[in-house]
Amino acid sequence: MAVKQISVFIENRVGGLAEVTDALGSANINIRALSISETSDFGILRLIVDDVNKAAKVMREGGFICQVTDVLAVAGEDKPGSIAKIISALTKGNVDMEYAYAFFAKNEDLAYMIVRVDDEEMDRAVRYLKDNGIQVVDEEDVMNL
Amino acid sequence: MGKFYDEEMETLPADKLRALQSERLVKQVKRVWDNVPYYRKKMEAKGVTPDDIKGIEDLHKLPFMTKDDLRDAYPYGLLACDRKDVVRIHSTSGTTGKRVVAFYTQNDIDLWDNCCARALTAAGADEGDIVQVSYGYGLFTGGMGLHGGSTKLGCMTVPISSGNTERQIQFMTDLEASILCCTPSYAAYLAESINEQGMRDKIKLKAGIFGAEAWTEEMRADIEKKLGIKAYDIYGLTELSGPGVAYECEAQKGMHINEDHFIAEIINPKTQEVIPDNEKGELVFTSLTKEAFPLLRYRTKDLCVLNREKCSCGRTFVRMHKPMGRSDDMLIIRGVNVFPSQIETVLLKEGMPPNYQIIVDRVNNTDTFDINVEMTEDMFSDRMSKISEKEGHLMAALKTMLGIQAKVHLVAPKTIERSEGKAVRVIDKRKLY
Repeated sequence: MAVKQISVFIENRVGGLAEVTDALGSANINIRALSISETSDFGILRLIVDDVNKAAKVMREGGFICQVTDVLAVAGEDKPGSIAKIISALTKGNVDMEYAYAFFAKNEDLAYMIVRVDDEEMDRAVRYLKDNGIQVVDEEDVMNL
Repeated sequence: MGKFYDEEMETLPADKLRALQSERLVKQVKRVWDNVPYYRKKMEAKGVTPDDIKGIEDLHKLPFMTKDDLRDAYPYGLLACDRKDVVRIHSTSGTTGKRVVAFYTQNDIDLWDNCCARALTAAGADEGDIVQVSYGYGLFTGGMGLHGGSTKLGCMTVPISSGNTERQIQFMTDLEASILCCTPSYAAYLAESINEQGMRDKIKLKAGIFGAEAWTEEMRADIEKKLGIKAYDIYGLTELSGPGVAYECEAQKGMHINEDHFIAEIINPKTQEVIPDNEKGELVFTSLTKEAFPLLRYRTKDLCVLNREKCSCGRTFVRMHKPMGRSDDMLIIRGVNVFPSQIETVLLKEGMPPNYQIIVDRVNNTDTFDINVEMTEDMFSDRMSKISEKEGHLMAALKTMLGIQAKVHLVAPKTIERSEGKAVRVIDKRKLY
């Protein structure tokens, strides 16, 4: 039930991010969701894209450092309180979130959230969320957004 | 004419000094030949026996010693006395992480203390002085070296060691310390803090002895002005004893080498030929009186000039210029010897490619030490916590190897500057020489 995310190492300098997004754009890769986490030296760019394998290939060929990892994608209604519902379910289920970010899809009334949990926690988290009535989205769903 | 600690030696006429050096050299060569197989092998390889060394004029026949020899013979291979006669060791970092360990008999300590007492006297100290020793104590020779000299001279010695600036200033003012011994960068830092706290009028310092790292005349002027003292340079290396191999007098025009204990030569580092005084080359020392760890023709890798002109202070010992650079790639950062190869060793051990760049600078008179390391797929993660963990692990491994903290920066692959294909390993922005 996991979704593939690609993370790319970017140096904290002018143009560092553009180099990555330019390379992906030129390769016709569509970015569905994006988040950046940074220190004073570098940043981690995390992306959900339409073709993660191609994106990883493009990145590596361009000399970038990247990694593909499994993350959880959950959906909720696009209305106040829906993210809160997801977070509160994760908290109640003692699922440790490393990071999370949200995005919207066009022409839909759903808001999506990407959640990074420990690899060993993944199955339990999916089960728990489903039991609590939260929609967990799979790779194919995300591709079709 | 100033005061002397050992007037007879410090003002010994040139011919008598040469005779004394010759006599001590002959004895020392025989001693290492008899006691140290490593030396014997080296001399045999060069076809020299103690019979060939009749005086200082034969010094050039002896083989050179380098840090590599110290590494090869580590730990006890160069010990020239019984282990039971050794009373102390000191240590410094070596080229590939193996440390250099130097041994001392009680007599070695006494002579070293004498050398430091000479340095303190030349800086105007006597038994009425209160000496604050703010060099680090421990394996580093700075603290215990000046401590020994100060105690020998009969000064009230404050073994405060380095760090804890507030306490330093408190002792300095409360006890009315008159002589400060520490690294020049720490002296500059203390001077800054004292002035910031408006304590300048409360301190009673009259002089300082600052060594173990390179400093400029501008830095000296700055420290002297901010603390209202005379600032003296001191030179030494663990391999020979520690601080006090050479020291500055009131003329502040170069450091007098304690020639009754050390013979200094200047060589061309490429051809290894001895070159005349007043020409720049690599400083080479022979320790004449060391019992436990005598070194013959030890290449310091410090580039320097010797000056035999008569000094206004009355000392006859030759003067060495402040080191003017290195003939190897060793850096001295916050008083600690750092070899780029040590960083390479750590990276390889941590399973990382040895792509790094050292950036050293001096900000507010304190050395900054940064290491750029190229990120790898192995180290990278989508989780910041994992990267920080690995980064922390790398920094700890570097600290263990180098003895000082470096700030690690992870940079993109292939971004470390390469000049003509060869990576530029060191960028030293300090203007020290």
